[in-house]
Amino acid sequence: MTPDSNTARPDASAPATRHIEHFVADFSETPLQATDKVKEDQAPLSLWAEAWRNLRKQPLFLISAFLILVVVAVSLFPGLFSPIDPSPEACQLGNSDGGPAAGHPLGSTQQGCDVYARVIFGTRSSVTVGLFTTIGVLLIGGIMGALAGYYGGWVDAVLARVNDIFFALPLILGAIVLMQLPMFRANRTAWTLVLILVTFGWPQIARITRGAVIEVRNADFVTAARSLGVSKFGALMRHVMPNSLAPIIVVATISLGTFIVAESTLSFLGIGLPPSVMSWGNDIQAAQASLRSNPMPLLYPAIALSITVLSFIMLGDALRDALDPKARKR
Amino acid sequence: MATYILKRFLQLIPVFLGATLLVYFLVFSLPGDPIVALFGDKPVNEAVAAKLRTQYHLDQPFWIQYLLYLKSIFTFDLGQDFSGRPIAAVLGEVFPVTARLAVMALIFEAVFGIIFGLVAGLRKGKIFDATVLVASLVVIGIPIFVLGFLLQFTIGVQLGWAKPTVSSAATVQDLILPAIVLGLGSFAYVLRLTRTSVIENMSADYVRTATAKGLSRFRVVRVHILRNSLIPVITFLGADLGSLMGGAIVTEGIFNVPGVGNRLYRAVLSGEGPTVVSIVTVLVLIYCLSNLLVDLLYAWLDPRIRYDS
Amino acid sequence: MKGEAVNAPVEIREEGTAAQRPLLEIRDLAISFKTSGGEVNAVRNAHLTVMPGETVAIVGESGSGKSTTALAAIGLLPSNGAVSGGQILFDGEDISHASEKRMIELRGNSIGMVPQDPMSNLNPVWKIGYQVRETLKANGLPDGPDDVAKVLSQAGLPDARRRAKQYPHEFSGGMRQRALIAIGLSCQPRLLIADEPTSALDVTVQRQILDHLDKMTTELGTAVLLITHDLGLAAERADKVVVMYRGQVVESGPSLELLQNPQHPYTQRLVASAPSLASRRIQAAKEPGVESDDLLAPAEDVVVEPSMPEDVLRIENLKKVFKLRSGLGRSTDFTAVDDVSFSVKRGTTTAIVGESGSGKSTVAQMVLNLLQPTSGRIVFDGVDTSTLNSKEIFAFRRRVQPIFQDPYGSLDPMYNIFRTIEEPLRTHKIGDKASREKKVRELLDQVALPQSTMQRYPNELSGGQRQRVAIARALALDPEVIICDEAVSALDVLVQAQVLNLLADLQSRLGLTYLFITHDLAVVRQIADHVCVMEKGKLVETGSTDDVFDSPQQDYTKALLNAIPGARLMLPPEVA
Repeated sequence: MTPDSNTARPDASAPATRHIEHFVADFSETPLQATDKVKEDQAPLSLWAEAWRNLRKQPLFLISAFLILVVVAVSLFPGLFSPIDPSPEACQLGNSDGGPAAGHPLGSTQQGCDVYARVIFGTRSSVTVGLFTTIGVLLIGGIMGALAGYYGGWVDAVLARVNDIFFALPLILGAIVLMQLPMFRANRTAWTLVLILVTFGWPQIARITRGAVIEVRNADFVTAARSLGVSKFGALMRHVMPNSLAPIIVVATISLGTFIVAESTLSFLGIGLPPSVMSWGNDIQAAQASLRSNPMPLLYPAIALSITVLSFIMLGDALRDALDPKARKR
Repeated sequence: MATYILKRFLQLIPVFLGATLLVYFLVFSLPGDPIVALFGDKPVNEAVAAKLRTQYHLDQPFWIQYLLYLKSIFTFDLGQDFSGRPIAAVLGEVFPVTARLAVMALIFEAVFGIIFGLVAGLRKGKIFDATVLVASLVVIGIPIFVLGFLLQFTIGVQLGWAKPTVSSAATVQDLILPAIVLGLGSFAYVLRLTRTSVIENMSADYVRTATAKGLSRFRVVRVHILRNSLIPVITFLGADLGSLMGGAIVTEGIFNVPGVGNRLYRAVLSGEGPTVVSIVTVLVLIYCLSNLLVDLLYAWLDPRIRYDS
Repeated sequence: MKGEAVNAPVEIREEGTAAQRPLLEIRDLAISFKTSGGEVNAVRNAHLTVMPGETVAIVGESGSGKSTTALAAIGLLPSNGAVSGGQILFDGEDISHASEKRMIELRGNSIGMVPQDPMSNLNPVWKIGYQVRETLKANGLPDGPDDVAKVLSQAGLPDARRRAKQYPHEFSGGMRQRALIAIGLSCQPRLLIADEPTSALDVTVQRQILDHLDKMTTELGTAVLLITHDLGLAAERADKVVVMYRGQVVESGPSLELLQNPQHPYTQRLVASAPSLASRRIQAAKEPGVESDDLLAPAEDVVVEPSMPEDVLRIENLKKVFKLRSGLGRSTDFTAVDDVSFSVKRGTTTAIVGESGSGKSTVAQMVLNLLQPTSGRIVFDGVDTSTLNSKEIFAFRRRVQPIFQDPYGSLDPMYNIFRTIEEPLRTHKIGDKASREKKVRELLDQVALPQSTMQRYPNELSGGQRQRVAIARALALDPEVIICDEAVSALDVLVQAQVLNLLADLQSRLGLTYLFITHDLAVVRQIADHVCVMEKGKLVETGSTDDVFDSPQQDYTKALLNAIPGARLMLPPEVA
């Protein structure tokens, strides 16, 4: 079935041949450019540099980064932000449940402690728990997920089942069960809390890492690396992991916020940090009883907690948008 | 399709066994005399302790203990709690309450999350979308117990629109406010998930082809965009049911709902090991079943999955 | 020859019967897109005319604006695009700014569309029959199961009733495309816009489908606006060809005349480089390393002196069987490569050509020692590669290097170009930092990339530039054999010609041996000395390129040759 080329298809009312004009555009208006010339006008721009450029313009990023810096500063140097010593000895029962007064801008708790000071000094424990839990979760979950995703086979099958098993116990639930054990009831410190949270928090990071690694490991550049002699493990470390980082970073940032909440929730339930340690969760729990008469001692730690968590989640959101692979492809 | 379901079910079994084994191990086998631990801070009553030892087969090797324990789960013979009540009866009281709460929260988050997410996605970049994005971020960021207190205080106490605490009957009407609080975090998540899904599908090739066929915009949105966008959302909702039930502890605490979370919390504080383990085991079972449900839903929604390999 | 002024709209002069109104007339069309970098003019001063029942092809590379122009005609520009000037007249009515309501009326029954990628253009969650039915229903036509079956079988789908109850993923690529054609023509539109309707398919399937589309549109009297990047295909299938370059129409006219007598320099370039039209083996460029604008410079016929080449690579009875898991624990055997034997002489190019599923890529992976054969031998320079220990394999890798198909996937996005090209040197611990840098610079020179490219990242380069970096990387270890696995398949025609020229150039200067895997027989003619034709894992025919092309022995080879778009057009050997 060879179509004739120069004659037009005959239609009902035009049996004669039609002439199709040969049109040529003006050369000056349609200049020919060199094929595939390298653009040399801009400075080199890696993906991270490009992401950073996009990130800097986002208001979400700027606000959250600023807030996080403030929170970190407060947790490192609380003394700079609050002249008052919040330790129990300095509390004066006489001020009990007092409203805002000179020297006590946010009022006083039932024990007579200054709310503002407790909020400031309580920052450190929450941030510490959040930070170290995230580090622990990244190490354990990251390694497990990367190995499972990269090597596949029975390694993946086993790790996936282990992952599922731990996933079946939600964070708070698992923490509650662990906390009621005698060895944990006896000594509750920030570190035991970190340990417990890491135990139940690693599955999520493992899952994300595994997914990211599986996506990257089949890329041509990994095969190219193997075919020039890079070892299997070398390819994992030098090519697969750096390219899997983006989703891991996003989840890690958001998880930091989640772990801070978890610490507060557990403290609120009375099974988190011991009452001797100053934390927002403990303060909220203590202030529950007098909620109706004096909501301030509950409100301010709650606000501080919310702002901190919110800034981490906003940061994670901004990072996710900036590192979105769909935005990367040109 | 049948192979798919069977495979998923078989994969469930080791997970269930593993999780319950883990819990049992954590509660009963870590160092320290578990029976002493069962008494918590109270003085040890030797007669009761001996009775408990036989009841929990602690003279037997660990594996036998665990197997007997599993048997007791499936025969609903879970022993007694510290006030002498059969644990099975206790569970029978508290689980329906929490189930009611969780289902209500699920309905709330599903209906509003999907609707708002759909509209936000269709009108990406406009005012509604921007507002909804910020609001959802705030809701996700503020911890549930803060929100709980806030709502309890404003709506319950100050405005008096709802009862601040729930009665022991825990009627559906009582549970409206707690259900909203419980579902708020997931609502924000469902909203964002729907929105992202809709945005992605809006620019899909097959949507363009559908429009090229001459279909009305309404039909394109309903039949092509929405239907495909719902796949990840519905699978999330299925999984969320399990985690709502397990995560209602704080909400039940704030509103004094006589449900699973509340009972579990009290059991933990008073060191009632057997009750804790039983409740957690049932929750794990529910989680596994809701995961299976999700897998089935996913196969129903996405025909590509039904034909494995 | 000087070009003619462009601003006046082109008129078709009728001879014979009464003047007929063009079905589609595009005048002075301008389309712009709002991007994050500002407004971009994708199309300027575009004009073309389609008469009722006529087939017009728009030809261009990526970025030429051909798809954008066609999509504007059916009102399907993406949300950030808009017609910023000119007119689109459909049957006399200007639809460039028509209301959505009006466009919905026109779509389906007046203007239909067949899109490019059959996988992504069918909704995976609805049955095929459903997707056909909703088209009929929306355009007011009867939509019973009989009507649906009729539409599907007319498009060439056998067993239509049963097929209508299946989902898209249960169809093969060709079948899906037929379903899309069925949908596009179901309401018998007067104009059909076919956007690269077969470029995602195997070559033999392409021909069948295009033949069938021809038949259907002739019977229905449908005018077709065919978008393609393949000049040969356009000339074969269309009465008139419109060539677009960077958003403008540079030349248009009767197909054969355009090919035989291209006036505009861009068209001349296209005609010279299109693989299906060029019938010569590319000879090495006269000055190595210089980026010449003049592609495929008509070189003197250089006779290649073999000078007693030995077999650098010998494949003997190679076989690869994969175990596919299906259901619970059961597995079936899939033979990807079945008893393949051939040899490659040093300094020459051997092409392995086949469609998808032929096993050609699997052979390449085994030669690269990335996959172990089930049985058979691969003998490299006299040594059986399966007997090598890990140290010897490491040394082997220096001598055999790959270049892959996807330029967007073969370079690590996190590494800048310098690190990418340096990596093989570092892995094999060659030289020190200074000598490695010198070598990278030399390599960039050899592939005609500026030195400043070293600091850049892959995301800043185009597809062709990335392939050149991949070539530089492959050359870093001074290999003897390079395996090109569909290395130019993802590139535009002109860029492809540039890269092929570069490869030929490097071969003559460095004495390289190429094993060239491709599905494109036309490209084979341009670069290969020997051809191996594979089908479904078996080696069907092998011989020198001239022998296989001039006198193919096997039916499959003949079918493949026949399927090359534009192969049947008779062209004089010198076209430029």
